[in-house]
Amino acid sequence: MLQWALDALLGLGLLWLAWCALMSPNLLKAIVLFVAFGLLMALAWVRLDAPDIALAEAAIGAGLTGALLLAALARLRFAYADEETVGSPAQEEAKVRFPQWLPAVPLLLVVAGLGYVVLSLPPYATGLSTEVTANLESSGVSNPVTAVLLNFRGYDTLLELVVLLVALLGVWSLDGLALGRETAPGPVLDTLSRFLTPVFILVAAYLLWVGAHAPGGAFQAGSVLGAAGVLLLLAGWRFRAGLTELPLRLVLVAGPGAFVIVALVTMLMEGQLLEYSPEQASILILFLETTATFSIGATLAALFFGGRPQDDKEHT
Amino acid sequence: MIPSDYLSVALLIAGAIFFLAGTLGLLRFPDVYTRLHALTKADNVGLGLIVMGLVVQAESWAAVGKLLLIWVLVLLAGASVAHLVARGALQRGIRLWKR
Amino acid sequence: MQTLYLALALFLLVNLGAGMWRIFRGPTAADRMLSAQLFGTTAVAVLLLLAQTKENTALLDVALVFALLAAVTAVAFVRRAWTDQEVDHDSE
Repeated sequence: MLQWALDALLGLGLLWLAWCALMSPNLLKAIVLFVAFGLLMALAWVRLDAPDIALAEAAIGAGLTGALLLAALARLRFAYADEETVGSPAQEEAKVRFPQWLPAVPLLLVVAGLGYVVLSLPPYATGLSTEVTANLESSGVSNPVTAVLLNFRGYDTLLELVVLLVALLGVWSLDGLALGRETAPGPVLDTLSRFLTPVFILVAAYLLWVGAHAPGGAFQAGSVLGAAGVLLLLAGWRFRAGLTELPLRLVLVAGPGAFVIVALVTMLMEGQLLEYSPEQASILILFLETTATFSIGATLAALFFGGRPQDDKEHT
Repeated sequence: MIPSDYLSVALLIAGAIFFLAGTLGLLRFPDVYTRLHALTKADNVGLGLIVMGLVVQAESWAAVGKLLLIWVLVLLAGASVAHLVARGALQRGIRLWKR
Repeated sequence: MQTLYLALALFLLVNLGAGMWRIFRGPTAADRMLSAQLFGTTAVAVLLLLAQTKENTALLDVALVFALLAAVTAVAFVRRAWTDQEVDHDSE
């Protein structure tokens, strides 16, 4: 009964929060509602016995996206500083040209497709979990989620890393941003960033290590590392200009790069893309996850910075 | 129930009461500064009591350490954020509530 | 004990729902952010209680990540998204 009430409250709360976040004309309110949605979502994953996803949702959904959206809101206000509000006459005009129901057509198609898929699913799916459990021993790790993400379907993770990198390339192609220090953070924020950064790094390392046999892994560790970068950026810390050129780029591509190299080598040695021999699987996975963690952390922090870092002199 | 269970129950319920008080304060207090005051009580004492209640039940020292670390982190974040928000509100000229 | 943990988790969730009102009501941006902060702490407490009911220590890691990232959103708000002029109607 209590369990049921808890789940019902979570489910209804999620739907309601999502609706309110979408319908809010006040963008800051929408962001706060979205952050609250992320928190509830993580709780919902916990109730669904999916601590791996709960961990990722806690780090990305509740932690990083909130900061990213708030920074985006600040930039939006800056961009529209000349006009009174974001919903300016220029935008109203743009709205008139497209009938408002037009976006509903593709949306309905997606809903119909999803509905068809859900209805056509067999009532009791056998799933692949038995196969994963059967082959877990040869995967090099004992956490089934890590085994799937880094071994059985390693190319999924490779492509996810590439997606992150492409997102950053998109942001960087828009504009450069001067590296200059922002307003002084004040003693409290300064101290907070000094205290928390080592803890962030420690927790990221812990999550990376524990991923081999329990919920954790590169994405969770990487987002914790990225959050450390975000906090440091907010507290006014900046790299020297030299470090943001080649060194930063090397860290950004290290994860996908290592993945591609391992993929090529395994293809030459074993004849299959990303098929590790059971003896080497464990060490290879640790190597790939470590490089991926650094890349994900650096990519997320760079995304938060919000532009290609430029020297102050270069930027006029 | 063994004696430590009673202690645990008492601590957990006390913690929940602080959360209730914090929420009530957030809803009922008249300005952002007083609401901040209410909120930090839930952050610090409410979570602290719940952590203590669970520490009594913990099975390993590792779990105890992790629970305490969680509390310390929330304390640190809560106190810093409270300071930052209050200072920001003062700088932006949000007036203090006067009866 | 299990019942108590679940009951308290449920109680805290209801609490959280009540705190939502402040997100809608505002009136200042800081007030909305404060309720997000309360959301975060309450979620940590709920997670700790759920971790106890499920006896799954991995959930403690989720709570740890929550606690660690609690400050980031709020700091991002104070440092970036808080506009300089706040309309002063902050008294009821």
